[in-house]
Amino acid sequence: MSTASCHDEPPKADDVRRASATIAPKRPQIVLVGNPNVGKTTLFNALTGLSAKVSNYPGITVERRSGRVALPAGDADLHDLPGTYSLNARSAEEQIAFDAITGLHGEPAPDVAIVCIDATQLARSSYLLLQCRELGARCVGALTMVDEAGAAAPDERKLSELLGCEVVPVIARTRKGLDDLVAAVDRALRAERTSRWQWTPSPTLRAHLDVVREALPGTWRAASRYAAADGSPSHTDATATRADDAIALWALTCIESEGAETDELVGVPPDLRSIVGTRLRGVDAPALDDEAVLSRWRWLDSELASLTKKQPDRSRTEKIDRILLHRALGFVVFLGVMAILFMSLFAWADPVIDAIDRGFKAGGDQLRHLLGDGIFTDFLVGGVIAGVGAVMVFLPQILLLFLFLGFLEDCGYLARVAYLMDRIMRSMNLHGRAFVPMLFGFACAVPAITATRTMERRRDRILTMMVVPLMTCSARLPVYTLLIGALIKGARITQAMLMVGMYLFSVSTSLAAAWVMSKTVKPLKAKRLPFIIELPPYRFPRMRDVLRMMWSKSSMFLREAGTVILACSIALWALLYFPRELPKGAPDYQALIEKAPTPDEKETLEVQQQALLLQNSYGGRLGHAIEPVLRPLGFDWKIGIGLIGAFAAREVFVSTLGIVYAVGRDTDERSEPLRQALRNAKAADGSRAYTPLMALSLMVFFALAMQCMSTLAVVRRETRSLRWPAFLFSYMTVLAWVASFLVYQGGRLLGFG
Amino acid sequence: MPTSLAEIALGRTATIKNVDGPRAFRRRLLEMGLVPGVEVRVVTIAPLGDPLRIEVRGGQWSIRRNEAAQIEVIAS
Repeated sequence: MSTASCHDEPPKADDVRRASATIAPKRPQIVLVGNPNVGKTTLFNALTGLSAKVSNYPGITVERRSGRVALPAGDADLHDLPGTYSLNARSAEEQIAFDAITGLHGEPAPDVAIVCIDATQLARSSYLLLQCRELGARCVGALTMVDEAGAAAPDERKLSELLGCEVVPVIARTRKGLDDLVAAVDRALRAERTSRWQWTPSPTLRAHLDVVREALPGTWRAASRYAAADGSPSHTDATATRADDAIALWALTCIESEGAETDELVGVPPDLRSIVGTRLRGVDAPALDDEAVLSRWRWLDSELASLTKKQPDRSRTEKIDRILLHRALGFVVFLGVMAILFMSLFAWADPVIDAIDRGFKAGGDQLRHLLGDGIFTDFLVGGVIAGVGAVMVFLPQILLLFLFLGFLEDCGYLARVAYLMDRIMRSMNLHGRAFVPMLFGFACAVPAITATRTMERRRDRILTMMVVPLMTCSARLPVYTLLIGALIKGARITQAMLMVGMYLFSVSTSLAAAWVMSKTVKPLKAKRLPFIIELPPYRFPRMRDVLRMMWSKSSMFLREAGTVILACSIALWALLYFPRELPKGAPDYQALIEKAPTPDEKETLEVQQQALLLQNSYGGRLGHAIEPVLRPLGFDWKIGIGLIGAFAAREVFVSTLGIVYAVGRDTDERSEPLRQALRNAKAADGSRAYTPLMALSLMVFFALAMQCMSTLAVVRRETRSLRWPAFLFSYMTVLAWVASFLVYQGGRLLGFG
Repeated sequence: MPTSLAEIALGRTATIKNVDGPRAFRRRLLEMGLVPGVEVRVVTIAPLGDPLRIEVRGGQWSIRRNEAAQIEVIAS
């Protein structure tokens, strides 16, 4: 073993920083890699038990699961990497696995990589292991799905001999083989690092590799990465060079700065980018890719052939697919599954949501009773408790959503949904998997947006997030019900048709919006990346894994989106509460209320006082201030205040109007006094303030406007940026304003209203 | 006779000859194991006519018709 390469050149500044930054984690770092659908999560859960924690990779919403695993010499950290078929990354998301294995960005290189090898997909999963070996990772193979493969499972001793690392068969469900796997990891920890290539590059590729390798920044060299990870170098110079060659090969195949097909990699030094660009100019790049990829496959196909005794049995999955993917039956089942999903979000969650709502209201009342009236009580009850309530009402839907999604994903059906729906979704440049979030949009945009995570590409996720809030969510219903009931005369059937019309309107606008944005907004433009998804064998999900995932994702929602929603609720409360002054010239309500002869009169006076306080609050003044902007749409300042209040949740529009019109505190959309108040409301010139045309204009406004801070909060969390929620808010508000303007002014030109 | 995977009849098998298309696209397919010399079977076509369900190396994939058109095959 030689350490010469470490001393050849003085360490650069960033080398030193890197080394000092990595002193902290003393526990061995282990990563778990593998293709999707190989039982990686089950293995991770079995290894880490209850210590697993979910967080996000910085900057992107790819979940990062980490936990502790007990080794003979003490605990080690185990990190579950996103499932991938290759380490040759193209997008920032795909880059995670590569970065984590090599230790290029963020964390130091892991000490050991456990690579899942699917016994039913031997060659494909071994491909990933070859790449890890080339990069100089200390690998241990975990042979999964041996029970499913049955007689087709390979002999692990021969496999381990071929692949050059220990391979341990495991059945995570029954914990079989876990101890052996841990022992193998422990042995690997003490082994010297090697970088093994199963193929020899051609002279042409060799020349490219040599040039690019020399251009690698110091921190990217194996000497620095592995020294930082291991404390002391435990590899030879030859190993370091081969591992650097592997990074150079990665750079040559993945970095593409010219032409239409630029990569989305982050953290690639500009120097390296330009050298790779120069190297590839005039070179047949696909031939270069061919050499790297096909050499690995050639080796795998020739060496593993003797181990694969027979093809794994897929007949059970085939039988199920004959029904689930059947031309007619397939859609029937699909509609049934979606109906159950939808009903659960809509109907089953509703009573729980109501109970939570009532619970928080009752708790607030109790507290008010205990503390007595006052600003602090109002803050606690109206701001904090109502804000926590605003977060908690999402919990039933979020839990159910992750339960169903986890179940459908793990059993393999979600991939089939994408297969069935791809044709429709693709015509709008959406991903096949966008169907489920769009459907959830009818219930609530917040869980729907969290459901976009089932898509792996950021572009697909964001485009879906941008259009989901246009779907008619359940919070819009009370608003529509109030407006139709109060202002649109006609038979019930007309009113019902109008409601159906609003649904159709929302579906068509969201699909159209997706299409337009995919053509015009640069980061959302469709890229020519393959839509090729695996249809894995059906497997019965392990409920423990599904429940654990449901819980960890939901608690992350509460932690991250919940805090923002709470903060916004409190801010909104303050806006509509302060300065707590009656306008000039208002009667002295306090005195009047005390003198009120009957409780009824007292109540009336209190409600009137409430209305004036709200109208004179900062939010109320804002409502007045924006009236000139709302006038052309047919709205007055009272609607303006309602719109501001509706940011808490759209249905709050109804109760805010109830306060403004002094009808009472807890008015709902079926309240006859509120309907009367709207019908009788007079504009300054004595004409009717609200006409059917204005109701239609307002409904269109609600259909299109981004009237929901929780949605904005969750988009901010999912995109990890302020730009996207800002974009969402602006485009929807502009769209809503223009559409309402056209409806109202167009209607007037035609003589309505 | 070389033709594209998109033209292979339902239920028929073909051998991959070459993968075309933009660099990232074809590399992704190659890395998933769709390499020259490998047999592909068109198992079903989605009810709406697209995508195709194909079987390669004992695994199944959903692939769009226009993507399958980039895969040159020899029908067997």
